[in-house]
Amino acid sequence: MLKNSTQGYGLVSIVMHWLVALAVFSLFALGYWMVDLGYYSDWYQTAPMLHKSFGLCLFALMVFRIIWRLINPKPHGLSNHQAWEKTVAKLGHFALYAMLFVLMISGYLISTADGRAISVFGWFDVPALLSGLPQQEEIAGDIHEILAWSLIVLSAGHALAALKHHFIDKDATLNRMLKPVNSTPTRK
Amino acid sequence: MKKHLTAAILTAGLFTAATPVLAADYAIDTRGAHASVNFKVNHLGYSWVVGRFDTFTGDFSYDQADPSAAKIAVTIDTKSVNSNHAERDKHIRSKDFLEVDKYPEAKFVSTKFDSTDGQTGKLHGQFTLRGVTKDIVIDVTKVGEGKDPWGGYRAGFEGATTITMKDYGIPMDLGPQSATVELEFHIEGIKK
Repeated sequence: MLKNSTQGYGLVSIVMHWLVALAVFSLFALGYWMVDLGYYSDWYQTAPMLHKSFGLCLFALMVFRIIWRLINPKPHGLSNHQAWEKTVAKLGHFALYAMLFVLMISGYLISTADGRAISVFGWFDVPALLSGLPQQEEIAGDIHEILAWSLIVLSAGHALAALKHHFIDKDATLNRMLKPVNSTPTRK
Repeated sequence: MKKHLTAAILTAGLFTAATPVLAADYAIDTRGAHASVNFKVNHLGYSWVVGRFDTFTGDFSYDQADPSAAKIAVTIDTKSVNSNHAERDKHIRSKDFLEVDKYPEAKFVSTKFDSTDGQTGKLHGQFTLRGVTKDIVIDVTKVGEGKDPWGGYRAGFEGATTITMKDYGIPMDLGPQSATVELEFHIEGIKK
């Protein structure tokens, strides 16, 4: 129930998938909104603090998600999926992971460019590891912005693909990410 | 040939130096960082945020005997803004403030120097920031001039003026206490 099997995803993977989806879209909206806040807005300090704090939490979640993926059985692709669909899905999933990591790291590099730590909800500090590179906050900022938009576009494509499988192909692709696989491997 | 030319230039230089009415030309000592372009903006009416432009170049000419002939031109690299806070500097470089991608340079070119004694005076000139050029007046005080210990000759000044952000099309509103920027210049030149 918790772990993946070759037949499908376990509860942990499913919950993480949807948490990451929620976090990505919320952080995008928050980031998009906060950069245009007026100086006297109540949110001027809070919104970036939340963006950075949740962003770092997402990083921790993604690291755990990778580890979980490595120590769990890999669900097989559905038999009705075409070879090209499998290839595109594989590339797309890899791109989602890679872009999300570079996106989070670039955000971290903006805020730590001058050596300042990032406070996570005021609870603890994540120190700067790489600072003082030439134009660090500018280059990291450009990468962060471009990747944020790219990731949203790619996520939308990912969602559309899932809907296509669900409504047009009428296969179990989307359902597998909604219902945890039963521990008895015989059920389909 | 080269030797002759050098000798000729040196001789000419000697004659020039011996003529007191000709103003001496100085290069601002940015290499040794004996010059700075600083700014100060009030924060909420409670304190000051202080910053600087790390990169700029300029020349001036000045002669104690004829201060009204003094001239200066300074070009500032707007990307080099440094308020000791990367996130704020990134914001200052953005469209909300200096839009440095579009306006990479700010410039001051003097038009006249009102001074009777050469010690203090009002330096008039055109200041260009964010593509907008305005006439400004800088209050200037001469700090000193004379030989340095390494065979050169130096002269130094400090100057201050206040500009209003809106005048230069800066759209960000930091509040009524923070509408202006105090600019402060420390300029030391090495005689050419």
